[in-house]
Amino acid sequence: MELTQGSREPLLPRLQEAFGARILASHSECGDETIVVERDGMLEVFQQLRDRPEFAFNFLMDVTAADYLGKTPRFELVCHLYSLAHGHRLRVKVGVPEEDPIVSSLTPVWRSANWLEREVWDMFGIRFSGHPDLRRILLYEEFVGHPLRKDYPVNKRQPLVPERDPIKNDWKF
Amino acid sequence: MANPAGLPQEVDPAEETMELQMGPSHPASHGTVKFNLKLDGEVVTACDVEVGYLHRAFEKMGEQGTWNQVVPYTDRLNYASPFINNVAYALAVEKLLGIEVPPRCQYIRVILSELSRLADHETCLGMGATELGAMTVGFLLNEARELIYDISEAVSGARVTVSYTRVGGVTADFPPDAGERIRAALAHTRGIMVDCDKLLTRNRIFVDRMQNVGVMSQEEAVSYGVTGPLLRATGVNYDVRKAHPYSSYDHFDFEVPLGSKGDNYDRFLCRFAEMEQSMRIIEQALEKLPDGPVRVSDPRIVLPEKRDVYGSIEGLMNHFKLIMEGVKVPRGEVYHAVEGANGELGFYIVSDGSGRPYRVRVRPPCFVAMGALGHILQGGMISDIIPTFGMINMIGGECDR
Repeated sequence: MELTQGSREPLLPRLQEAFGARILASHSECGDETIVVERDGMLEVFQQLRDRPEFAFNFLMDVTAADYLGKTPRFELVCHLYSLAHGHRLRVKVGVPEEDPIVSSLTPVWRSANWLEREVWDMFGIRFSGHPDLRRILLYEEFVGHPLRKDYPVNKRQPLVPERDPIKNDWKF
Repeated sequence: MANPAGLPQEVDPAEETMELQMGPSHPASHGTVKFNLKLDGEVVTACDVEVGYLHRAFEKMGEQGTWNQVVPYTDRLNYASPFINNVAYALAVEKLLGIEVPPRCQYIRVILSELSRLADHETCLGMGATELGAMTVGFLLNEARELIYDISEAVSGARVTVSYTRVGGVTADFPPDAGERIRAALAHTRGIMVDCDKLLTRNRIFVDRMQNVGVMSQEEAVSYGVTGPLLRATGVNYDVRKAHPYSSYDHFDFEVPLGSKGDNYDRFLCRFAEMEQSMRIIEQALEKLPDGPVRVSDPRIVLPEKRDVYGSIEGLMNHFKLIMEGVKVPRGEVYHAVEGANGELGFYIVSDGSGRPYRVRVRPPCFVAMGALGHILQGGMISDIIPTFGMINMIGGECDR
């Protein structure tokens, strides 16, 4: 494959042309081009971002989320795409409301979505419809809550095996 | 003879699939990970990889302190190459701040990143070879790693938990003899590499265990988001240092070694060739190392000199504000990727304009690669799990965060 070089041509105008009203907002702070797309029909947008030759985003580099507690929608799903052919990056965000935290899974488009989405479910409690295997990944199934939510206390503990008091130990030596 | 009473009836062991749990503590897997296997004889018919045993809530802890207090946590991500994590995080925050560090600092970051890459590949290849019985190589590469840890210690004061970068620079300049020491270490490493090359590259046993094992096609690698040596072993030319140069990587002349088949042997060769390229970059950077400061000169970002802290009220206040409140990073979000030893290491950070990160996300290359491992192992032999897992080079600290 060809050696990729960073493309300098801005993406946002072309994206606006291609997707029009489906893009709710966009910015390119610090040179990171970002679009916010509607939750309904997001899968089709991602599909086209991968398949259209002018975008050709063949890498789903990262899927994560951020919790903006107190705002609506509360969560933002954040996906980072990369195109090997054009050498450009794109951040695609999807707003996710607190009362109905479910979005379409990207697993039909990229296989990397499988584990990355499991992590988002684990950490933020956002569900992915159409995901083949939505289990917790870094934490254990018995874990209650989703720790990267802003209302999860940082010092809360829920060990699988009860912790011992290190002072009152029963060591024999 | 008829079946004795109480024994199960007529089970043909050749018909049965066996379920086997390998790990989480297995002597041949460096890193705590569990493979839930379904076996048909010795053939793996299904494999579910379980990670998370080393989860330490890096991203949650990152939201608790100031921007610079995240740096020590980044050491503990990929502990085989801590400098690269330090640099990646610092570059992400600097991108959001809109600053560029002085040339000397950029070169120092490049030198240490490449030394880290060397150490990381030495870990991967040394351990991988040891697991296949080539213990001598393991010892030789451990010796080479030791040289790099000595340099880490001389430069940052710590062997592994280096915490060397800060937002806007690095903690300290190189010691005066750093160049000499690094050159001596590289010369020694080159000698060791010649020995390892003789011991491994055409070794019948090693080649038989590695070639055509753990094959991943280009399409699969791209779809799984696999980057780094694993992707390049399939022949895809993607290296962040070349595609999107950061920290003056465009000043250096180096090649990106590529494989063709995407099997374990290609991964081994790619890593091995990358070590030589890293050494070339280090030598060029030492040659051209510019003079000058190693931090930006903005008092809102870097700590004042100690004599100002103790000698003037402005210096003291400046120090106090930076320590207690942290660097004020403008509101916004940014993603910055560097080429980690295992692939694209990206930081996505969100600032609400205060002195503390609102969200710190790391895109760990080996977590993504581990996502593909179950698929790669399927259809292979149980004994091939060890070399394939070894070449993925999962680092628990980074995978589980």
